[in-house]
Amino acid sequence: MRISREEVQRVALLARLEFTATEEAELAEHFDKVLTYMEKLNQLNTENVEPTAHAVDVPSPLREDRVTNRADTDALLQNAPAREKDFFKVPKIIE
Amino acid sequence: MKKPYSLTIHEATALLRKRELSVQELIRSVLERIQATDTQTHSYLTVCEAEALSQAGTADQIFASGNPPPLLCGIPVAVKDVILTKGIRSTAGSKILEHFVPPYEATVIRLLKEAGAVIIGKVNCDEFAMGSSTENSAFFPTRNPWDLTRVPGGSSGGSATVVAADQALASLGTDTGGSIREPASFCGVVGLKPTYGRVSRFGVVAFASSLDQVGPFAKDVRDCALMLQAIAAPDPQDSTSVNLPTPEYQATFARGVHGLKLGIPKEYFVEGMQPAVEAAVHKAVADLNALGAQAVPISLPHTEHAIATYYIIATAEASSNLARYDGMKYGYRTSQAEGLRETYCRSRSQGFGSEVKRRIMLGTYVLSAGYYDAYYLKAQKVRTLIRQDFLKAFEVCDVVVTPVAPTTAFRLGEKTADPLTMYLSDIFTIAVNLAGLPGLSIPCGFDEKDMPISLQLIGKPFDETTLLQAAYAYEQATPWHARKPPLKSNE
Repeated sequence: MRISREEVQRVALLARLEFTATEEAELAEHFDKVLTYMEKLNQLNTENVEPTAHAVDVPSPLREDRVTNRADTDALLQNAPAREKDFFKVPKIIE
Repeated sequence: MKKPYSLTIHEATALLRKRELSVQELIRSVLERIQATDTQTHSYLTVCEAEALSQAGTADQIFASGNPPPLLCGIPVAVKDVILTKGIRSTAGSKILEHFVPPYEATVIRLLKEAGAVIIGKVNCDEFAMGSSTENSAFFPTRNPWDLTRVPGGSSGGSATVVAADQALASLGTDTGGSIREPASFCGVVGLKPTYGRVSRFGVVAFASSLDQVGPFAKDVRDCALMLQAIAAPDPQDSTSVNLPTPEYQATFARGVHGLKLGIPKEYFVEGMQPAVEAAVHKAVADLNALGAQAVPISLPHTEHAIATYYIIATAEASSNLARYDGMKYGYRTSQAEGLRETYCRSRSQGFGSEVKRRIMLGTYVLSAGYYDAYYLKAQKVRTLIRQDFLKAFEVCDVVVTPVAPTTAFRLGEKTADPLTMYLSDIFTIAVNLAGLPGLSIPCGFDEKDMPISLQLIGKPFDETTLLQAAYAYEQATPWHARKPPLKSNE
């Protein structure tokens, strides 16, 4: 299995990560190794097996749609990289 | 009298109740111990000296009042830095959260405080809990107190180290693929990963949401039971926590292991294990037999597929959980980008370490269109087979007994060259997370370099009681829990 540089770049874009050319090459190699190792799983017949998303079967609990917490704007904004009045300041989204 | 910092929780509580020791004295003793030894171990990221001494005052008043003190009143506890503490910096071992001060706290922290515990500090871990040696911490590696040239294990390396080094009376860590049990084993302390859903994950920085669990590190089994008693409870703020009452975990200690059936899986005694580890585990099983247990051979046929299954599921879930670190509302934002996409990419790439980025990439790949069925869905089906292996085994045994790790603690830098080699050190712990079962690590010997070896006890879902009961019997019949690392105060 050969993972191409283009493949690595495609995944990087999805993950919102960027890499140098050297890092891309290293990642391609790492992917190759790890994914080859994971091919092991194809040895197993899982035709009639249900997937486990949740090890412990618990029904999703529901609650009344009532507000039970106080708004605390300052607390929520205290770690903001950039703040203006009661807003998070972010890069322009609409061109 | 023993130095206060070297006491167990139950010993300290007895002295505090008799007023032969004050909480102030206890906290000061631990703080001094930290000052005298942490430059060697590098366990702590944040020490909460002022808050701890202030809480000590409150705790002393409770003891003086004569009112019954809560379960962990005045006990200094360290907390892994992936567990959020309100007003106290919580980094998850990452530069991307280096200055993050949470505006809320994890449920387990609230419960510890309700039990009267004193949070003495935040301890080091692999970044975002991804690693088996604490060498992936963005800040510095923690050292094993038994040999400072060796790793303490990971990802909860700091949590294990502080308990072994008497830099806290107990600690909390998290375990996704072995991150409590493996460092507990490398550091010679008791570590417990509860059943998935037993302890709330609210306020715990998520790595893999279907695998993560918070659990205690302790100096002995009784202390471990006390810690679990305080934090095991259903939580409406964690919809994966299970609505079950909390048993009295010490109630059955006296029963010992009479008639207990221990399943010994042949697939867990493989080539490549350090001979001293294999010998110690076999001896421990023999000791348990002598105490009245019965060893039963079992098979867990899908064991060899656990690592591949884990690394698909865990990285997939991590890629989703770590998408929130985008530099917009909290955490690191780069000053070297133009526009939204560049800001996302650069903030994340500068803020995350290499191993974290590697795992996000792998997780993104296995979930992406065209690959989802081949990897992620397949892995979830194999996960079912792995869980079924255990449930079938529990038809003929009560507890499954295995080694925790194939070796004792390795040297710093020894396994960092090849990530896959590091992944393979999780081989005995990983299936337990996939199956959602409880797993306990208990010291069972030392190798020829005096490095600790531990035994793993794996239980039926929500049967932490039997694990603690069996571990207690073994511990009380053996000398391991009384040994301390040769860690001296700084000159």
